[in-house]
Amino acid sequence: MNPARLVRRPWRLLAEASALLIAVVVAFPLYWMVLGAFKPAGEIESSEPRPWTLDPSLDSFRRVFEQNEFGRYFVNSLVVACTVVIASALIAFLAATAVTRFRFRFRTTLLIMFLVAQMVPVEALTIPLFFLMRDFGQLNTLGSLILPHIAFSLPFAIWMLRGFVKAVPEAIEEAAYIDGASRSRFLWQILFPLVFPGLVATSVFSFISAWNDFLFAKSFIISDTSQSTLPMALLVFYKPDEPDWGGVMAASTVMTIPVLIFFVLVQRRLVSGLGGAVKD
Amino acid sequence: MTPVTPNSSGVLERRRVRVDRGFSRSSPRPQGRSRRRNQKTPWLYLAPALVVLGGLLVYPVYQLGLISFFEYTQAQVSGGEPTTFQGFGNYSELFSDPQFWQVLLATVVFAAACVVSTLAVGCALAVLLTRVRAVPRLALMLAALGAWATPAITGSTVWLFLFDPDFGPVNRLLGLGDHSWTYGRFSAFFLVLLEVVWCSFPFVMVTVYAGIRSVPAEVLEAAALDGASQWRIWRSVLAPMLRPILVVVTIQSVIWDFKVFTQIYVMTNGGGIAGQNLVLNVYAYQKAFASSQYSLGSAIGVVMLLILLAVTLVYLRLLRRQGEEL
Repeated sequence: MNPARLVRRPWRLLAEASALLIAVVVAFPLYWMVLGAFKPAGEIESSEPRPWTLDPSLDSFRRVFEQNEFGRYFVNSLVVACTVVIASALIAFLAATAVTRFRFRFRTTLLIMFLVAQMVPVEALTIPLFFLMRDFGQLNTLGSLILPHIAFSLPFAIWMLRGFVKAVPEAIEEAAYIDGASRSRFLWQILFPLVFPGLVATSVFSFISAWNDFLFAKSFIISDTSQSTLPMALLVFYKPDEPDWGGVMAASTVMTIPVLIFFVLVQRRLVSGLGGAVKD
Repeated sequence: MTPVTPNSSGVLERRRVRVDRGFSRSSPRPQGRSRRRNQKTPWLYLAPALVVLGGLLVYPVYQLGLISFFEYTQAQVSGGEPTTFQGFGNYSELFSDPQFWQVLLATVVFAAACVVSTLAVGCALAVLLTRVRAVPRLALMLAALGAWATPAITGSTVWLFLFDPDFGPVNRLLGLGDHSWTYGRFSAFFLVLLEVVWCSFPFVMVTVYAGIRSVPAEVLEAAALDGASQWRIWRSVLAPMLRPILVVVTIQSVIWDFKVFTQIYVMTNGGGIAGQNLVLNVYAYQKAFASSQYSLGSAIGVVMLLILLAVTLVYLRLLRRQGEEL
């Protein structure tokens, strides 16, 4: 549909002008972050900040990467986020198929449980999880970050994928069985590709939650810093009383870029995916 | 059982029964032995999810409740002393602390302000998106996706830098000199609110926009031809059609904003001057990990859990009333 046609012209121009203005305002913090990362040392700590720089430098980035093991933190963060995305997508796909394609006892109970599970304040579970990880010898490992995040992104992922699995017509399934496909073959070769756009949309949420993790890294990675993730590296530069703003902006830029790339890649599917989930 | 189709061979018939093992909402439930057999498959599919959720969500929640009834401080954690059962002792200690009530109130007000602002901005911009041509729409969409993609911790530090009293551009722009935003209680909360709205309105905007796009054009055109104003179209046509989506984004926002941790922790340096900017989440963390009062921290966690549970029940009732089939 094109509601733009319904709007009279001066109004539309006004709407477009304000849309562009708002876009500039919304994007400004990101611009300021990248700009701050490239400003030379003297310029970033000036009391008359200019919205441009005449002599961009890589000093701040150099400081960030020379900080011990920054590359390692980056890889750790990436390992955590990717493992969480893949594992929770597969597990949620199976679970969503079970609750939409089958009728069985306790199905509704389970669905309500998945909904309630979304409400659990993850941060409040830091205390029992800390003891759990300690008892299983998982403190200071990436596993202590990966496992909880898989669990916490599952309920929302299952809930969101429901709509996508539901949307696949049953006729397709019947046809597959009549043509002699086995259950698992139907699941992985027919249903999985059809639901894939939905999996991409849900993976955005699990990726963000894992990449954003700050509390678990702070609480579970306590003595072995080689297992730390990016937020900890950023905090090295951010001392509340005397922050190294150049370093903070450079580290922030490095930390934001992978997510931006991921978003640009899945942008289309995300918008259509959310549309699919809400049409349900 | 499925009705026997006249031209079906025995083989096909057997396959037909297998098809029945699925879902098909229209077909009657298979009865008897076959029904018991197909009870297995869904549980097989659910097994990984149930194992992960059971071990890392259900069990920790149970543990959280348990810890909140016992005495857990550094002495018990390091195994030096046996723990003792406190009953509701931890809770009565918590409820008699005026700071707890202050933090609870601050959390509710702050979360409510975040939710209302996020929804207002998100919905308004979603409507704006439908009013403009491709270029401005793409620009706003990309900017919003950028804000959405920004990790909580980097967003927090960048906003602090923007509002920095010495080097930030915002104070220069507003001519505020070296006014410190994080010094006063309300201005610090306001600063965090701005950041939270900035990073959470895109979800609302994109979802509501997708919803508006799925409303048939004829309906809107008919309303416009009948002379309805833009506001009237929104109120009488779009809002009722979008209600399910609005319920979903509202609930999601409530959940997320009630649990804000990173922004408060980073932007107000662990809860503000003398704890003036504490919210329940950060409060529980400080109690547990800064002062080793694990049982008090757990009790705060249980209170949060109960509040969010109440929200969920309201949500479920709303869904039920809409007659949504689970």
